[in-house]
Amino acid sequence: MAHDHHEHGLSPSGHPYRSDNDGPLTYWQRMEIAVRELLIEKGQLTPAEITAQIDAMDARSPANGATVVARAWTDPAFKSRLLENAAEASREMGFDIGPLHLIAVENTQDVHNLIVCTLCSCYPRNLLGLPPDWYKTRAYRSRAVIEPRKLLREFGVDLPASVTVRVHDSTADMRYIVLPARPEGTKHMSEADLAALVTRDSMIGTGLPRRP
Amino acid sequence: MTERVRVKSLCPPGHVRAPWYLRGKVGEIERVLGRFGNPEQLAYGLQADSRPLYRVRFTMAELWGEAAETPTDTVDAEVYGHWLERL
Repeated sequence: MAHDHHEHGLSPSGHPYRSDNDGPLTYWQRMEIAVRELLIEKGQLTPAEITAQIDAMDARSPANGATVVARAWTDPAFKSRLLENAAEASREMGFDIGPLHLIAVENTQDVHNLIVCTLCSCYPRNLLGLPPDWYKTRAYRSRAVIEPRKLLREFGVDLPASVTVRVHDSTADMRYIVLPARPEGTKHMSEADLAALVTRDSMIGTGLPRRP
Repeated sequence: MTERVRVKSLCPPGHVRAPWYLRGKVGEIERVLGRFGNPEQLAYGLQADSRPLYRVRFTMAELWGEAAETPTDTVDAEVYGHWLERL
């Protein structure tokens, strides 16, 4: 019987092999291919340019946001510009964030911020890269606005009653990034070392920065 | 000077970006964001009117009543002017 299982496609570690994508194309897959091929045929874009753009989008990662946070921790004037207009402050640091409208929300002793998009999956991709899969789930999207404290405890963040939770629902044209509070005991650290403490989740609000 | 607003309890067909859980709820304008193309037209490739957009702050008590996890916690959301009535 064990042998039969192998023949039914289980890997040596007992997991099913992923089946090949031999099914018919969906409507949107056909549409993407059609538009892409037309753009190439008409000389608007080259395949190399499309690949380069995909590379650029894949290269965006939470490390970008972390450098912005570390700058805000070490440069009070930059921090006030960031809280005033996070998009401009990010451009000032050299991040190509396009026409994005970005709002930075600051965690303090009294306030903890949490970002969600209850309608879909709006996320500050230009600074954090692709959102984690859980960010797009109905469970996260609904629980973030109904029971954020319970949700945060599951992420390992247990907030005292003295802290107000502010949830930010990205329902329209703004994107949000949390400016986490600078951890204790980091006074003499360089900006680069500080950036290494800033996790993706700490900029979504589901986590806190690492301790040095 | 805080400005109180109520999200209209409408349910028009088509693409809208006013979440169900906020409809009929009262909040305060947290900040004015400027004017943006109306997504209800943009979603269909139509020429979009420019509409004022606001960040509105709601308390958990207002959203969930007795069931609120912590009544004084808040949700801020972006709501277009044509979905708001001033109180």
